[in-house]
Amino acid sequence: MLDIFDILGPVMVGPSSSHTAGAVRIGKMARTLLGAQPVKAEIGLHGSFAETGQGHGTDRALVAGLLGMRPDDLDIPRSFEIAREQGLDFTFKVLQLRDAHPNTAVLKVEDASGKKLTVQAVSTGGGRIRVDKINGVDVNFTGAFNTLVVRHQDVPGELNRITGELVGQVNIANMSLFRNRRGGEVLTVIEMDEKLKPDVLDRIGSLYAVQDVTYYEKED
Amino acid sequence: MALDSMQEIIDEAMASHREIWQVVLNVDEDERQVSEEQSLERMRYTWQAMLDSVDSYQSERRSVSGLVGGDGQRMREFSKSGKALSGDYLQEVIATALKVGESNACMCKIVAAPTAGACGVLPAVLVPLYKSAKASEEEILKALYVASGIGAVIASRACIAGAAGGCQAEIGSASAMAAGALVALQGGDAVQIGNAAAMALKNLMGLVCDPIAGLVEVPCVKRNVVGAVNAVASADMAMAGITSRVPVDEVIDCMGDVGRRMPVEFRETALGGLAATPFGQSIKKQMQGGQ
Repeated sequence: MLDIFDILGPVMVGPSSSHTAGAVRIGKMARTLLGAQPVKAEIGLHGSFAETGQGHGTDRALVAGLLGMRPDDLDIPRSFEIAREQGLDFTFKVLQLRDAHPNTAVLKVEDASGKKLTVQAVSTGGGRIRVDKINGVDVNFTGAFNTLVVRHQDVPGELNRITGELVGQVNIANMSLFRNRRGGEVLTVIEMDEKLKPDVLDRIGSLYAVQDVTYYEKED
Repeated sequence: MALDSMQEIIDEAMASHREIWQVVLNVDEDERQVSEEQSLERMRYTWQAMLDSVDSYQSERRSVSGLVGGDGQRMREFSKSGKALSGDYLQEVIATALKVGESNACMCKIVAAPTAGACGVLPAVLVPLYKSAKASEEEILKALYVASGIGAVIASRACIAGAAGGCQAEIGSASAMAAGALVALQGGDAVQIGNAAAMALKNLMGLVCDPIAGLVEVPCVKRNVVGAVNAVASADMAMAGITSRVPVDEVIDCMGDVGRRMPVEFRETALGGLAATPFGQSIKKQMQGGQ
């Protein structure tokens, strides 16, 4: 069900909830999933994002999100200048994806330690977003919940061990799991009603087959 | 309960001797697991941002295409001349809708209600009442719960995005939300709120989304005016005891159906309507040339 403050809101910098506010949230999501401020970003725009993105400030909004800004930050129009000051090197290109939503962006980001991440996300309207792919693996989550993204090896029982750590801590709202091949890499995405405590996150991160853990806390 | 039927909300309000704003508030408490005070605090923050979006208007700002800006000030000055046909309140409604719509186009801070393109409608009808002390903050907050309940039902049964259902889904929905909010402020009952929302949505049925060069500028800013003025007329009709012959949920379903059947040229693609006029095309070419 829709939150009434998705109807009356977000409080945001204009001009478009899908092309501006949604774009900020996509950038911020990519930054959170990377786990640090990126120093390099290659931003691909598809469909309507590519065609009318400049007039809507979609480009500046995506960069603002990568810098950690929220949709109501009055510095969004100045994000290019701020990115240069903070050492974030960004480029844009037009993409033609097959079967993708018209408001799709693909962000290839890299942090100072050389860690890389590719996020494909969609602005679905009214400022809401959906992440479709992480590093080429299909996912499906929106940032409307506190979200745990666990990358782990495809071994029997791992999901049980991960969710076992959540018992007594949080209620799971939605969950998905996708792997690239048998025995390969799995992305488990868990959307939760409550916030997760840092020690739970650490315990999940140290599980046997877990490669890394990312946690996205929903906007207040 | 889920906010997916105006009739259910109205029935629930009457059966439990609550008002619509209380029903919506209680749903929010339940859905987000917050207290009444926390929910009201969030609504107060939203209202403050709406007020700020009016007060921070700068008439000298221009949008990215240069087409939008300064009209809110023009309307305000015309008001002072005493030559306007509409009365004091309606003049303020028109000027406020223009101001907030223009601020949005100029990348200022606004409240999407339900979308950024339609952000001028609710402040246009509410802020003048608040500023002339005809409505208290407490009454405005209650009216905003009514508005958000109506918007949630429309989003659930039909759509609120121009790309999905044309301008009727954005300005039409905002107008229905504003009409219901006004009836709540004027002391109307749950049934009158439903009638006002139904009439407002019916009056804008079929309105296409045809933004020039794909920008939220022309005709979006001035459509905020028509959404606001239509809300005032629909609220007055409902308070006069005039009813919508078609039940409110059927009107909402119908808006969704019209939206789905609307050719793609009229759903925010900038391929039809005013966007396809020679003038609209010339602006598009100018924008593509990097100004």
